[in-house]
Amino acid sequence: MWHALRLFLFGRLGLDNMPFDEILKAHDTTDLISGCIGTFAAALAVGGALVTLWLMTRYRLWGKFWSNWATSVDHKKIGIMYIALAWIMMLRALIEAAIMRGQQVAGYGGGGMLSGDHFGQLFSTHGTIMIFFMAMPFLTGLINFVVPMQIGARDVSFPTLNSVSLGLTVAGALLIMVSLVLQPFSTGGWSGYPPFTEARYNPGPGPDYWIWAVTLSSLGSTFTGMNFAVTIYKERAPGMKLMRMPLFTWTALCTAILMIFAMPPLTVATALLALDRYAGFHFFTNTAGGDMMNYANLFWLFGHPEVYILILPSFGVYSEVFSTFSGKTLYGYSSLVIATMCIAVLSFTVWVHHFFTMGQGADLNAAFGIATMLIGVPTGVKIYDWMLTMFRGRVRMTVPIVYGVGFLFLFCVGGMSGILLANPSIDYQVHNTLFLVAHFHNMLIPGLLFGLIAGYTMWFPKAFGFRLDDRWGYRAAWGWIIGFMMAFFPLYVLGLMGMPRRTVSFLEPAYLPWTIIALLGAFVVLFALFSLFMQLWVSIKNREALAVPVGDPWDGRSLEWSMSAPPPEYNFPVIPEVKGRDAFMTLKEAGDDLGEPEGGFKDITMPANSALGPFLCVTGTATAFGLVWYIWWLALLGAAASFLAVVLRGFARNTERTIPAAEVRRSWERWRDRAMSAPRVPRADELTDANRGHAVPAKQEIVA
Amino acid sequence: MSRAPTRHPGLNLGPSHQSADDAASVEVFGFWVFMMSDAVVFGLLFATYAVMVGRTAGGPGPSELYDLKSVFIETLALLTSSMTFGIGATMMKHGNRAGWLVFWLVASFALAALFLGFELHDFVDMVHKGGVPQRSGYLSAFWALVPLHGLHVTMACIWMGAILLQMAKYGLDDAVKTAVLRLGILWHFLDIVWIAIFTVVYVGGLA
Repeated sequence: MWHALRLFLFGRLGLDNMPFDEILKAHDTTDLISGCIGTFAAALAVGGALVTLWLMTRYRLWGKFWSNWATSVDHKKIGIMYIALAWIMMLRALIEAAIMRGQQVAGYGGGGMLSGDHFGQLFSTHGTIMIFFMAMPFLTGLINFVVPMQIGARDVSFPTLNSVSLGLTVAGALLIMVSLVLQPFSTGGWSGYPPFTEARYNPGPGPDYWIWAVTLSSLGSTFTGMNFAVTIYKERAPGMKLMRMPLFTWTALCTAILMIFAMPPLTVATALLALDRYAGFHFFTNTAGGDMMNYANLFWLFGHPEVYILILPSFGVYSEVFSTFSGKTLYGYSSLVIATMCIAVLSFTVWVHHFFTMGQGADLNAAFGIATMLIGVPTGVKIYDWMLTMFRGRVRMTVPIVYGVGFLFLFCVGGMSGILLANPSIDYQVHNTLFLVAHFHNMLIPGLLFGLIAGYTMWFPKAFGFRLDDRWGYRAAWGWIIGFMMAFFPLYVLGLMGMPRRTVSFLEPAYLPWTIIALLGAFVVLFALFSLFMQLWVSIKNREALAVPVGDPWDGRSLEWSMSAPPPEYNFPVIPEVKGRDAFMTLKEAGDDLGEPEGGFKDITMPANSALGPFLCVTGTATAFGLVWYIWWLALLGAAASFLAVVLRGFARNTERTIPAAEVRRSWERWRDRAMSAPRVPRADELTDANRGHAVPAKQEIVA
Repeated sequence: MSRAPTRHPGLNLGPSHQSADDAASVEVFGFWVFMMSDAVVFGLLFATYAVMVGRTAGGPGPSELYDLKSVFIETLALLTSSMTFGIGATMMKHGNRAGWLVFWLVASFALAALFLGFELHDFVDMVHKGGVPQRSGYLSAFWALVPLHGLHVTMACIWMGAILLQMAKYGLDDAVKTAVLRLGILWHFLDIVWIAIFTVVYVGGLA
């Protein structure tokens, strides 16, 4: 009776799922230390959550949080929340990475500080978090914040759907944080290959955590893709033709299109795996006609375009960074647009290179190898365009451009190792070794992450009205560059020496010096992350001195710099008329940036707040949690509530509110007066307190 | 006579529904994009079925399980429902009368329900013959693809019910009009998917 009730209420959740279980059942010191690390991590997660809840209650922030953030459908706030999520998840996944580096030193000769299962969970959560809950939210956040302003729009096409996307992503992230406390997570890596992740070999909740966390986030990303493709096609200001869009918007468009087409294969892959695990289907099993190759194809049909979903927005950021901080218009605009589109199309033609060694014929491998090498061509075009943008420009070595220059050098190294891997016969030699790990980190850290941090540094003043402290910014940038090189270049060597990836312990003494260097690199990277948090802290403290309320601290070129910082909810008091590329620079150079709009001010209609996003976040988390632990009543309740909420949303009318013209005028005049009283600063004073966000256009500065 | 500009592919409401037509240009385009994404899901499940169709693992195969007569009736019901839906949407565009729209929507609903009834009957029949998804890779692929289409039809019916209730509450307002346009795209899309299912799954499986 009690047993049945427990089973009904809690499913398969028991005391042995607590993190300290590994300590209680420890066989040796390795297990003991491993269990302590797990328990400590869980305690940190619970403690962090409790402290946050307590602080919110203590300072009575719940009401503000609900009405200004959680239910907000403002694309700028949604973007900021995405990026906040990305930082939190990065903190966890980076610490995990450092612990794994430590294990690959301590694990020499067997033992060490992590049990095999714990190590497996760490590389699975590290990969899953970094891709789905760090990189994706970060780039989605930047796109959310920047794109509507760059195209002269007041919001995205579907603001409530945007909030739902965020809700689903947060739900996935919550699930993965819960797995830190109610263990275990999957040990199947970020790609979750069956048959290892099938119920027969892995009956526990681990792979289910992975399936539902990834499914929630991929649904969110699919909706984001749709939203931004439609926004960029339909919401551009008059005159903002496609070939006048800033490059970041172009890359956002390509990423959005890739999301629309590439996220469904992932949803299909995880859904079919779930059918195998929950209902005994035979898609990827070893028996009854199942075939795991179907999974490999489905997963990488998503997985490869995903690589470009990740990298393209960063390419967009670099385009903005190099032209803004070189004081020049972007070199080779058209070729950059064409190269971006080429990469987007080619990204669907190379997925087999992720499993060259899995048994298809040499001809097929050769075709996919050649297609893979072809992607190097448009990417090379971009590298030259960026360098030529800097050429004879007035390059200011600000923090974003330090990341940019670091990217140019390091990304080329990563690209070279990619060309090596694209050759199937070489791939056979190094597949499944640390060489591969070094390669993709070499693409993702200097390529993706440096770009995102550069974008964060560049647009932060726009979002909050004050610049980020540059001393800590430089420390972070050099920390990332040096730390990355120390942590990952040794992995190339180790890979060529034959050290397999995901190895918990090894007996070969020749590996040890290199793993020690990599561990030291991990410490430098941790210092870089610490510098970023310090930078934020120091900047908030000095926000008066760093304030740039007029909104154009870097002598920007595109429309997002034309408004106050932070921008008003409706972005543009009057929708601008675009006459060419570099729309805001043209206005500034003509001296029209502070002029009163010709047609006067009109009432502005904005979408009203909606609780649908946070509601689906809660019900989505509940459904997924119920499914993971076989708590069926919770799963059913969550699913039914989600469904009902979506249906009822169709009955909502009056989902908009109007801001009167007089209020728009008042706010615009306040900004204009402030701009008039703030002196225009030349670029030499860019990083001083004199910079109030009112720039002398670069050309006029040279004449003067 | 000058033609009104086409705001989006498919049935346009035209200038006589000014405000709804304006809203439709974004909403219907967005829904087309959503359908593209859904088409990828179906496309992948078709590919999976094509790969798995021979993997019966000693269990029953297509010739033991499919009943073409029933499938043919389903096809007729579903394709006719597309026609009735089309008539309803056209009457909304030209007549702007709620009554006829409701009539044709209910007719489409009834035909879709007929389709679902026969399909359910087929599924039960398959289970009786031992054609359960746990039996083989082939059957897994079948049960992932065909019922997913049925689930889509069910959801479309529920959506139609919700739209009818909205009409009862608010009349034929802009939100209802654009919802009918979007539901129409889904409705016809599901017809196209069904034609592919009829061809690839049933006829192709038996060939």
